[in-house]
Amino acid sequence: MLRYLLEKEFKQIFRNAFISKVILVLPVVYMLIFPWVVNQEIKNLKLSIVDNDRSTFSERLIHKITASGYFHLFEYTASSADAIESVDAGKADIILEIPRDFEKDLYRSGQTNVMISANAVNGMKGGLGSVYLSGILNDFASELTAAQGIRTQSSIVEPQFKFNPTLDYKVFMIPAIFVMLLTLLTGFLPALNIVSEKEMGTTEQLNVTPMNKAIFILAKLIPYWIMGILILTITMGLAALLYGLIPGSFTTIYIYSIVYILAVSGLGIVISNYSDTMQQAMFVMFFLLLIIILLSGLFSPISSMPEWAQVITAFNPLTYFIIVMRAIYLKGSGMQELLPQFFVLCGFAVAFNVWAVLSYKKSR
Amino acid sequence: MIQANNISLNYGGVSALKDISFQVERGEIFGLIGPDGAGKTTLFRILTTLLLADSGTAIVDGLDVVRDYKVIRTRVGYMPGRFSLYQDLTVEENLSFFATVFGTTIEENYHLIKDIYQQIEPFKNRRAGKLSGGMKQKLALSCALIHKPAVLFLDEPTTGVDPVSRKEFWEMLKRLKLQGITILVSTPYMDEASLCDRIAFIQKGKILTIDPPEKIIADFPYKVFAVEADNNYKILKQLRQSESVRSVFSFGDSLHVVFKDVSKIEKEQINAELKEIAPTIEDCFMALANN
Repeated sequence: MLRYLLEKEFKQIFRNAFISKVILVLPVVYMLIFPWVVNQEIKNLKLSIVDNDRSTFSERLIHKITASGYFHLFEYTASSADAIESVDAGKADIILEIPRDFEKDLYRSGQTNVMISANAVNGMKGGLGSVYLSGILNDFASELTAAQGIRTQSSIVEPQFKFNPTLDYKVFMIPAIFVMLLTLLTGFLPALNIVSEKEMGTTEQLNVTPMNKAIFILAKLIPYWIMGILILTITMGLAALLYGLIPGSFTTIYIYSIVYILAVSGLGIVISNYSDTMQQAMFVMFFLLLIIILLSGLFSPISSMPEWAQVITAFNPLTYFIIVMRAIYLKGSGMQELLPQFFVLCGFAVAFNVWAVLSYKKSR
Repeated sequence: MIQANNISLNYGGVSALKDISFQVERGEIFGLIGPDGAGKTTLFRILTTLLLADSGTAIVDGLDVVRDYKVIRTRVGYMPGRFSLYQDLTVEENLSFFATVFGTTIEENYHLIKDIYQQIEPFKNRRAGKLSGGMKQKLALSCALIHKPAVLFLDEPTTGVDPVSRKEFWEMLKRLKLQGITILVSTPYMDEASLCDRIAFIQKGKILTIDPPEKIIADFPYKVFAVEADNNYKILKQLRQSESVRSVFSFGDSLHVVFKDVSKIEKEQINAELKEIAPTIEDCFMALANN
């Protein structure tokens, strides 16, 4: 019976030209576009410079800054008032003011102050811009020490970026894309399929047959499980091919993926049990998708969320799976390091599926 | 074959079925006749184990609908009012799907559906969603019959079907009856009522009467007159206000009038021809529904 039902499901999926294409196109598009646009590196910040010194040193510094690639020299202004005006007008993002006796002070005492002011309307841009700029200043200072023998006193903070030394945001995002793809393909798509049978009335027709409902649901899920694993494999291939990303262990990825798939497909069934129409199910899914993605640490680190939001993230299966995927990809972690996440994900799988069974019984 | 005892059901405070009791004999075509919203579908869903009644019991083919629901599901065929097959599967795939679900094959029970299925067999590779209304109906009936059910539940099978297909459909039901299959059928069409062995008038969740259609007509206590005029609407309004008129309804091109006292008819001022006719099932239903 299960074999026959699966045959029917696959027939229907392949016959639906739209769905079968989307299933293939989705991962490719995600992999090709997503890592590039969901990028929080800041580039081409518009810099306004107030150079009150006009010395060799100040020129060298300015040259160094523009050569970094992060800044686009927007203008030289005569006074800081002018610079602030162009920030107000939204033309400049960041101001660097070099004091009058910049070179002289450096020769004499090795000590001077430059002022950085950033437009923090976009906090991320302002913050990162200042950090980049002070980094360049530090570099400049150490260069002076080496070349000129001037002992500068800038305290040099040298952050070491572990596991992602080039601070490549793409490396950070790609493992998270797998998580989103699996959630959509194995959690939400089968749920929509089940609801559509409800809406078409075929579920009611099948209810007046001796068919076992559990087998019916299983036949709905298995094709998407298979597709989920297949798509995961394709995307991992793409990640290796396009971005040179290779995980620590494929086995670990597959083990965690299977547990995660069980959890989200259980969640999907819960949604389908409470929905009578596609529209209703779609709406619930959009609502949930936004929340679980925002509260998973996919885009923004959980540690910088308010405490109450951090509590919510603990109840989000995505949170754990993203941690796992990033750990496997970036740190090459194995099962031992990720055991806590394994148990939590198993817990989600059990909880959602029990809920699915209970809510199904209730709706009868 | 089917026995309903005092079935009641409330839907969010509104009572959908009130104390419904009736019995259907083996090999009978039993019609549930009533307007939309009378509770026909709800009753079907209870009898086909899809819905639980608040009170009352029902027995189908000797089995209790609550306790033995699993066994009942193997012995009844249900055709819901809405086309409920897979639109993206072909005619043949749908049929073999339902055969497999019931643990049988098309070949095994082909003789049962032969008459019906032969008419759509030329289109067996067409997707069900692309069939015409009448063909969909035939396919749905074939699917409901493929496991040789003892009882067939047909919920408004002819709604939205053209008159020729409707006629054919009822002829098929007659033939199925000859094979010993019990049929419970609902319809909002009064003309189909006379094709049933017995009918139950149902309105607002209550059964008004249960009898063979001939008996219902024979028992109708009033004389019915038909009025045909150019200006039906004006006469209808006029008659509605008249003291001596019990009821008047428009039936296609004519008006059917029932008077309180036939001897007083002459005194009425009607500028149209008045002709006594034999009452139809619809007249009986209207009279019962109005009481």
